[in-house]
Amino acid sequence: MKVAITSRSNSMDSLLDPRFGRCAYFAIHDTETKETEFVKNPNMDVNEGAGPSAVKFIASYKVEKAVAGEFGFKIKSLMNQVNIQMIVIQEEKTIKEIVDMLNK
Amino acid sequence: MNIAIASGKGGTGKTFVSTNLFKTFQSLGHSTLLVDCDVECPNSLLFFNLKKLSETKVEEYRPIIDKDKCVYCGLCHEYCEYKAIFYVPELKQIMLLDNLCHGCKACSVACEYGAIEDSSTEIGSVSFFADANKHVFVEGRLKEGKIASIPIIKETIKEAVSLPYDYVILDSSPGTSCPFIQTAVRSDYIVLVAEPTPFGLSDLKQSVETLDSINKDYGVIINRSGLGDIEVYNYLQENNIPIIAEIPFSKEIARYYSEGKLAVSHIEETKKLFEKICKKIIKNGTSIS
Repeated sequence: MKVAITSRSNSMDSLLDPRFGRCAYFAIHDTETKETEFVKNPNMDVNEGAGPSAVKFIASYKVEKAVAGEFGFKIKSLMNQVNIQMIVIQEEKTIKEIVDMLNK
Repeated sequence: MNIAIASGKGGTGKTFVSTNLFKTFQSLGHSTLLVDCDVECPNSLLFFNLKKLSETKVEEYRPIIDKDKCVYCGLCHEYCEYKAIFYVPELKQIMLLDNLCHGCKACSVACEYGAIEDSSTEIGSVSFFADANKHVFVEGRLKEGKIASIPIIKETIKEAVSLPYDYVILDSSPGTSCPFIQTAVRSDYIVLVAEPTPFGLSDLKQSVETLDSINKDYGVIINRSGLGDIEVYNYLQENNIPIIAEIPFSKEIARYYSEGKLAVSHIEETKKLFEKICKKIIKNGTSIS
């Protein structure tokens, strides 16, 4: 299963980015191969529609779960539409810590 | 003559000036129409005892995506400047995000497969009201939850200027963005209401720059004079911008306003001041047209 985690930078030591649509990077983690790929969020600075664009972006990676500090109100119905489960983590955690939690 | 009452900063007294100016124009015997163009928050008509005559709905274009005809090429998604088409080809997902759509129709131009059907959605209304003397008022109103105010402002002004009045007072939305510009471009003269504070000055400068860029004639009413500092005055003097009048900061005026009453009907001094403003605006209008 693939999981998208919002990340402030592009390494395993980076902190979770609290924003979903306007996060800096997405860490795409595969729980089977245990590999994590960091991809820049192409819609970080768009004027409008960053959230829906981010849903489209991670859906194209065929992820089943998304982890972020929060999800905007325009997002929830779209996430259901593409069958991505939302996980909210509000503590400051690194991508590595979150990946360890996912693999427990 | 179309006169817009505008200000960069909110809460400087646009509606106060519009309503009292309207009353003054009327009492001086001028054929005048009051139009509320602040469609996101129309409130000018609260100061009058009115009955609704009629309402015209304003609609905006919306595409309907036919998923049977769609080949998931993504061209409509690419054409959309507002990211209003949610498109995930990997999952064969495509849908319109209504609250992001501006109704520009680019998607319908993009689609080569006839998968986009034209439709429309109600975004607001233009209403006509009348008082006991059968005097007409016009109000534009954006529907709750909708974001596109411009088509409603356009329609409101179009309807208003088609009525036979010599003077049309347009109470504008605050700010210096599209709603303000939309009202200003349809006006012959713009009254900028400014307060003499640092915020007031900052937003006044932006209003002035905007009006200069579209070549409009304008003057400034300083509202709540006596507050703040002299920076607004210095700026107006340096830039040769005419001050139409100063309305003093007054608890009495504020009290009448908060009760939904027109200060010009209750305070003799304010009445005289607005008569002067009215004459100055008319003089300005005749010299430009």
